[in-house]
Amino acid sequence: MSELKEELKGKIIEQLNLEDVSVADIADDDALFGDGLGLDSIDALELIVMLDKDYGIRLSDPKEGRKIFESVQVMADYIEEHRTK
Amino acid sequence: MAENFHIKKYCHIKNQTISVNGRILFEDGHQDFSVFIKNAYKFLKTTYPKFFKMDNLSKLAFLAADVLLKNENLNEEENNIALIFSNRASSLDTDRKHQAAIENSDEYFPSPAVFVYTLPNICLGEISIKHRLYSENSFFIFDRFNAEHLQLYANSLLRSGKAEKVLCGWVDLDENSYDAFLYLVEKDGEIEHKTEEITRLYNIL
Repeated sequence: MSELKEELKGKIIEQLNLEDVSVADIADDDALFGDGLGLDSIDALELIVMLDKDYGIRLSDPKEGRKIFESVQVMADYIEEHRTK
Repeated sequence: MAENFHIKKYCHIKNQTISVNGRILFEDGHQDFSVFIKNAYKFLKTTYPKFFKMDNLSKLAFLAADVLLKNENLNEEENNIALIFSNRASSLDTDRKHQAAIENSDEYFPSPAVFVYTLPNICLGEISIKHRLYSENSFFIFDRFNAEHLQLYANSLLRSGKAEKVLCGWVDLDENSYDAFLYLVEKDGEIEHKTEEITRLYNIL
């Protein structure tokens, strides 16, 4: 699980082009949207694509993302439970 | 008698160089546009994290506009500066990236962050958001730099009172080939706003 969380942090930084943010800057429970990392709606769509591409998880309703992308911890829990690759 | 306008200042970004009013502001040896523009961003101390989410055309246009507008004492709420931009390659650089992501049906993962930049005028939105411009903006695709069109359009906006100032020019990019020339037109300034002068400034570097 710890490895997956580190992997997710790296992917978020790289795929969302978060300049000057390092893996160490993101705590497991930090909010990804709003006051946390400040991600926006396009970032949310990118994360949905990432779930599909890297973990074989297809969200049928994009609104599900709001809860799943709350933090790296919540994302990792969801991926562990639903991943197909 | 029709009112005359002036070019207050102008900026070029080409050949790994950024210059303002013909004077070099930043120079970098990197041929790779992504490296060059990132170094320029840091050199210019442009604190705007969303910059790194933009496509390369928007980065080029955004930085050229920022160099000209950041010392204009702009209003924090709203500014009436129109944008009239043009280029030759449209958003082709980003269109190719999107095409690469969708051409294989087995690996069909188009990136939303790339797709949103598959129009050239998106760069105008990025500039408008940063500088609070709630004014007219247009992006034209031409075979080559068209000073006459830009001059006529800018004069029309200024004379009709639809804009207080107009930021005009050319922002063209395709892979590592790029050429930006923006200039700010308003009442005051030393350079006459006429086609010959615009063409002369475009070719000055």
